[in-house]
Amino acid sequence: MITFDSVSIRAGGFALDDVNFTIPTRGYAVLMGRTGSGKTTILEALCGLRTIAHGRILVQERDVTKLKPAQRGIGYAPQDRALFQNMTVWEHLAFALSIRGIPTATIQARVLELAEWLGIAALLYRKPRGLSGGEAQRVNLGRALSFEPEVLLLDEPLGALDQETKGEMIQLLRTIRAKTRVTTLHVTHDPEEARLLADQLLVLKEGRIVTQPALEQGGAK
Amino acid sequence: MSLIEDPGPDLEQRRGRAFSATSRSFSDTPFWVCLGILSGTYVVLILAMLVAQASFTTPAHLFAALDSPEIRYSIRLSLLTCTLTTIFSLWVAVPVGYILARWDDTGIRTRLDRCSAAIRRWGTPWPLRWLRLFSGVVRVANPKLLLDALLDIPIVLPPLVIGLALLILFQTTPLRWFEDHVMPVTFAIPSIILAQFTVSCAFAVRTMKTTFEQINPRQESVALTLGCTRNQAFWKVVLPEARRGLLTAATLAWARALGEFGPILVFSGATRMRTEVLPTSVFLELSIGNLEAAVAVSLLMIFAAVVVLVILRHYGADPYPGRGPRL
Repeated sequence: MITFDSVSIRAGGFALDDVNFTIPTRGYAVLMGRTGSGKTTILEALCGLRTIAHGRILVQERDVTKLKPAQRGIGYAPQDRALFQNMTVWEHLAFALSIRGIPTATIQARVLELAEWLGIAALLYRKPRGLSGGEAQRVNLGRALSFEPEVLLLDEPLGALDQETKGEMIQLLRTIRAKTRVTTLHVTHDPEEARLLADQLLVLKEGRIVTQPALEQGGAK
Repeated sequence: MSLIEDPGPDLEQRRGRAFSATSRSFSDTPFWVCLGILSGTYVVLILAMLVAQASFTTPAHLFAALDSPEIRYSIRLSLLTCTLTTIFSLWVAVPVGYILARWDDTGIRTRLDRCSAAIRRWGTPWPLRWLRLFSGVVRVANPKLLLDALLDIPIVLPPLVIGLALLILFQTTPLRWFEDHVMPVTFAIPSIILAQFTVSCAFAVRTMKTTFEQINPRQESVALTLGCTRNQAFWKVVLPEARRGLLTAATLAWARALGEFGPILVFSGATRMRTEVLPTSVFLELSIGNLEAAVAVSLLMIFAAVVVLVILRHYGADPYPGRGPRL
């Protein structure tokens, strides 16, 4: 479960005040809002990359407000992917596990399993420079999922993809959800994505969150 | 009713054709010719200088220069001091460049603004007046810009002035004590390294700052969410990405150190077989009228600089040469 309890965030001249919402465990929430409304700021506050001015953030009923990003157990797939340019796809998928000192054999098994799920087994020794938009997004997802996080944050994962790749990615996100049952917060400004994936819709309007039930035909269910 | 008459479809078509015909009639050739002449002049000047120097000397002069114990000493000392200067420059340039590239003073400014506002609300007893003045100065002065400008001073200062400043610095009591009790610096080999370092490091810092600015900070953010500490994110993500910049900074620092003369002349002196590096050798040979030897040493310096630049540019061309998969 993710809970934002009266959270206020200040970032230079930008401010979000009294943000409240709850996403149930294993839920798939889609956060919508205009460009510049603060959607990414909320994701960054949730994964610990931005300090909050007031309030509490709870993840699985654990107060993570004061915890560092590494201690929160949250997988984050940023909008610009931010892949490590000097690492291969294999190294991306193994990175979080090698940081945790997991044995090599376990890492290998996990990397191969993830690569199989994400359909990037053939790309394991390629570097980000040679990947297409859809392939890079799969690596981004795989890197965020590699350490089996409790919560997954997706910042516009389908942005800048062509229609066909977008369809494949939506199917992939459904598969990931079915396999991992990870609590997910997905940021987008596309109502179609929300309709196909969300079972909870959060709308950011003028610095406040309005919770709405999922639109019909929620594909995530 | 519109004051401008409707030109009608025929006139619009004719205008359209006329405009497009005019724009097509311009050629890009004069533009490229101008660029070629301007850049070609500079390239020709450099080549002409090199050819003139090369034609002034003979292989016999070169070998004679290489046989001279003084020149051999200055080659060895130049290699040693330039290498040490490069190591020290990178040692400093990496953290300084990283801090300058990542330093976001928005938070500090916001806090200072809040502090000033709070002081205004509480009234102004005298200690708080000073705090308010300090926060106002920091707010206006922009400490990041000040530090940035300060680090450029060795680049813009005349070389002799840098040497003079170092000489005066080592006349102060603490540094005189250091020289008396720890090791001699002024007019000794450490002074050469310090003089080279003062200038080379500024170039290395500038290069590393630009390198770190070009690395997406979100990569570090993602590394933090993946379980890294800030230190691990720096060593495992940022520094490998900065590899090409490191090579460039090392090249620049080495090349600058090799060519440094002004600060060394003032701070280290020009004593044969003691503080004699290659530029000092050129100066000493010129001062006794031995032009052939001066030119031979100059050619050695040019050759060394070109070899280092070509090697490092070659390896620097691929940011990640020879990297295989790694767990």
